[in-house]
Amino acid sequence: MSTIDDKATEVPEDAAGESAETVPPEQEKEEVAEKKEINKGLVIFVFIAAFVASLIVGWILFPMVLYTQENQPIDFNHALHLEEVENSCESCHFFREDGSYAGVPKLAQCVDCHDEVMGDDPDELAFVENYVQKNIEVPWLIYSQQSDCVFFSHAAHVKAAKMDCVSCHGDIGESTSLKVYEKNIITGISRDIWGKNIGGIKLHSWDRMKMNDCAKCHKEETGNQGACFQCHK
Amino acid sequence: MKIDRRDFLSLGIGAAAGIGAGTALSPLPWKLIDDSSIWSQNWPWTPVPPDGAVSFKNSVCTLCPGGCGITVRKVEDRCIKIEGTKGNIVNNGGICILGLSGLQLLYGPTRVKAPMKKDGGRWKEISWDSAIDEIVKRLKNIRKEGKPESVACVSGTDQGTVAQLIGRFLTAYGSPNYIRTSSIADSYEIALKKLHGQFSSIGFDFENSDFVLSFGSGVADGWGSPVRMFKANSKWKDSKDKALYQIESRLSNTAAKADKWIAIIPGTEAILAMGIANVIIQKSLYKKKLIEKYSKGFNNFKALVLKEYSPEKVSKITGVKKSEIIAIAKKFAGASRPVAICGSGQGRTPGSIFEFMAVHALNALIGSVNNIGGVFSVPEPDYIKWTEAEKDDVAAKGIKTDRIDGAGKKYPDTRYLINRLIDSINSTGDSPVELLFVNGANPCYTMPDTENVIKAFKKIPYIVSFSSYFDETTEMADIILPNHTNLERLEDIPLAAGLIKPVVGLSMPVVEPECNTRHIGDVFIQMAKLMDGNIKASFPWNNYEECLKKTLGDKWDKLARDGYWVDENSRASRGIFDFTPLVKNNRNLVKPEGKSKLTLIPYDSMRLTVGYIGDPPFAMKTVEDTILKGNDVFVEINPKTAADYNLSEGDKARLTTSKGKAKVRVHLYDGIRPGIVAMPRGLGHTEFDEYLAGKGENFNKLIGPVEDPVSGLDAAWGIQAEITKT
Repeated sequence: MSTIDDKATEVPEDAAGESAETVPPEQEKEEVAEKKEINKGLVIFVFIAAFVASLIVGWILFPMVLYTQENQPIDFNHALHLEEVENSCESCHFFREDGSYAGVPKLAQCVDCHDEVMGDDPDELAFVENYVQKNIEVPWLIYSQQSDCVFFSHAAHVKAAKMDCVSCHGDIGESTSLKVYEKNIITGISRDIWGKNIGGIKLHSWDRMKMNDCAKCHKEETGNQGACFQCHK
Repeated sequence: MKIDRRDFLSLGIGAAAGIGAGTALSPLPWKLIDDSSIWSQNWPWTPVPPDGAVSFKNSVCTLCPGGCGITVRKVEDRCIKIEGTKGNIVNNGGICILGLSGLQLLYGPTRVKAPMKKDGGRWKEISWDSAIDEIVKRLKNIRKEGKPESVACVSGTDQGTVAQLIGRFLTAYGSPNYIRTSSIADSYEIALKKLHGQFSSIGFDFENSDFVLSFGSGVADGWGSPVRMFKANSKWKDSKDKALYQIESRLSNTAAKADKWIAIIPGTEAILAMGIANVIIQKSLYKKKLIEKYSKGFNNFKALVLKEYSPEKVSKITGVKKSEIIAIAKKFAGASRPVAICGSGQGRTPGSIFEFMAVHALNALIGSVNNIGGVFSVPEPDYIKWTEAEKDDVAAKGIKTDRIDGAGKKYPDTRYLINRLIDSINSTGDSPVELLFVNGANPCYTMPDTENVIKAFKKIPYIVSFSSYFDETTEMADIILPNHTNLERLEDIPLAAGLIKPVVGLSMPVVEPECNTRHIGDVFIQMAKLMDGNIKASFPWNNYEECLKKTLGDKWDKLARDGYWVDENSRASRGIFDFTPLVKNNRNLVKPEGKSKLTLIPYDSMRLTVGYIGDPPFAMKTVEDTILKGNDVFVEINPKTAADYNLSEGDKARLTTSKGKAKVRVHLYDGIRPGIVAMPRGLGHTEFDEYLAGKGENFNKLIGPVEDPVSGLDAAWGIQAEITKT
């Protein structure tokens, strides 16, 4: 620090001390001005480059690093099943007798129809051979799984508040295959909770399921955004 | 173009500003903050129960003799919580800390996960078939040598089908040496046999009692069936016309909650009971007609207490004021449904038969025997009706030999004498026990003079442990055949902890076995089948479940549905009350060994288990730091006595008795009589796990057995000790 300060007092004109003796003062001034222009331009260029690069890192590269892509163990056709069942989503995603929500169906429910291979779909074959016949539960990756510190009651929303599944889960019921599961490498939860859009931009009610989204809907529907302990037991 | 230092700095600042602005306008920092907070609120290494269907399964807890009904909440196949079963005859929804911690005993990392064999001092896993083959081979050899009586079993109980199966195996094999670990159940059994003339268990109608006179029984510290006692105790406390008087030298939790605490000189409880009898008789407060009609030997008893146990004399011996003795007697005799009970602390060690008889005589005097709110002599549940085990010549000869523990000979009313088993092994060159089965017992920790017990166990050539945990006795074993734990096991549990009717509970498997364990009943059936001949023929069942279902017959449905079955047809034994044995043995007090000034006594706490199961980590966490701090155990001492020994609160000291030494710390406590040092039971384990082993000192290391002159059972309640500051 002291060295820089000392030199600054020795050369008050902002020019290099050595060239001042050989170059005429006029030319010297022009060169200095030109250099200043170049330097200023370069600094702006570097600023913009760094700015743009950071935006690219933040908006494009960061999500690519933050999420790992995992395929579901086998594919599943929601649309096809929805046509076959009588009770819409609740045929498979039902409430248990005690009122709790069963979530993703267990093998026991699937086996009712799939104890043997139906049709010639390779995923169907894999399902029956690898899971049904070995009596192993399918390790489904659950897009809507909240972190462990969140308590959520389906009964309160679906039974009491009469909400439909689409409000939160979107049109997954119409999908013919399962999308890739994107797992957050820090939290381990699905990208769907934060939302596909890394900037948090939300077009549909089901695009994002963060606490603020819960609070917003609660505020609109009940007049109160709710207390901490309602969800964080 | 030349870039000098100044340019470099400018460009650097420009780049930094660009990165800063660009990053701030990107989601990166905000998303990272959010993710970090989620991560830190859900540490990934913290176990979280899985989501799934919730179910509830009922069973009976077998961690202590209390026999509480338990309801286990499960999520899918995982047990999540143990609660007391609502409506259960014993505990009606309540549960104690040990029962609550049962999941740690199921899922804990320190279980015996498969059959093990000791090989060069280390445990090695072996298969079930080779383990059973090895034992059967040894059993066949011992039988061939004509010494079937040298096979013995030490067990926590002698009731229920499992105990009976083992007993049956020994009988068919030719050994009379089935030995039950001792407790106040033995003392009550012997006292009742002497006074009523027949064998029966004791039962108390606490729910209807209005005055309870407790001679040191820790009714709020785990005595009897602990949860039932808590509930009864709350009833006595809540009601103005009910009361509990606690006679104890130390202000225990029970004494603190009692209506009156009588700080007696320890070991003189029998004398106080006789003094109270003196007042009751002197003042004619006893039920004269009842005594005339249903007792014998009363006149001798009357003459004795009037002559020898005047309140003045009793006051001198017991340290209880004369006026207080009279007041207690009046209160007791004046209550409408009084009951007197004894058996100190949790009642896990037997006591003086003189004391048990004297206390029971108080109940007889005021008409509380087999009466509402009083005590009942309850016959053992009579539901196991197997044909007698078949005996060949070897078995017939072996079964007639004297028991190794000498029970039934010198002391005809004593069925088991485990303290004498240790002596008879240690007093001979070769151990009279060639092969020992250990089930539901941990004598190398729970018996007095631990060092001597370990010495005896070292002499036994071959020990088979059925424990699911590496406890102190299992460490002495040669082979472990781990039984299922209480949540994995089907078993009938006759309840011996003081109910007024014979009750059998059913322990049901709540989960599939976690480890490669096997039901002990199945193991004995399998061994019997491999033994051939009469032994095989004595075991007609294919497996334990079949044996149990056939044994229970039509009671099975009721047991499977409600978890318990009450033998409503049983009648309390209505023998004549004979005062003669009490008169005969009235001087037989049990005195502590040694000649020091201080007397060391143990005390029990609900937070420390003293039985064969060690404290699970959750229960250990609840032990106060006036009992255990770090690895140091505290002994309680009166400040006056502490001053004599120059001891202050928290001082480190050495406690020495004729049996051993222990490093302790001192806790000054006004709630203890001067001259007494009290030490908690249940600490000082050397095995189990890191949460239990090495914490504190084992009281049993410091005390030796003192035989009760009437029963031969160890009835030591304390020992003389020295304490020195270190």
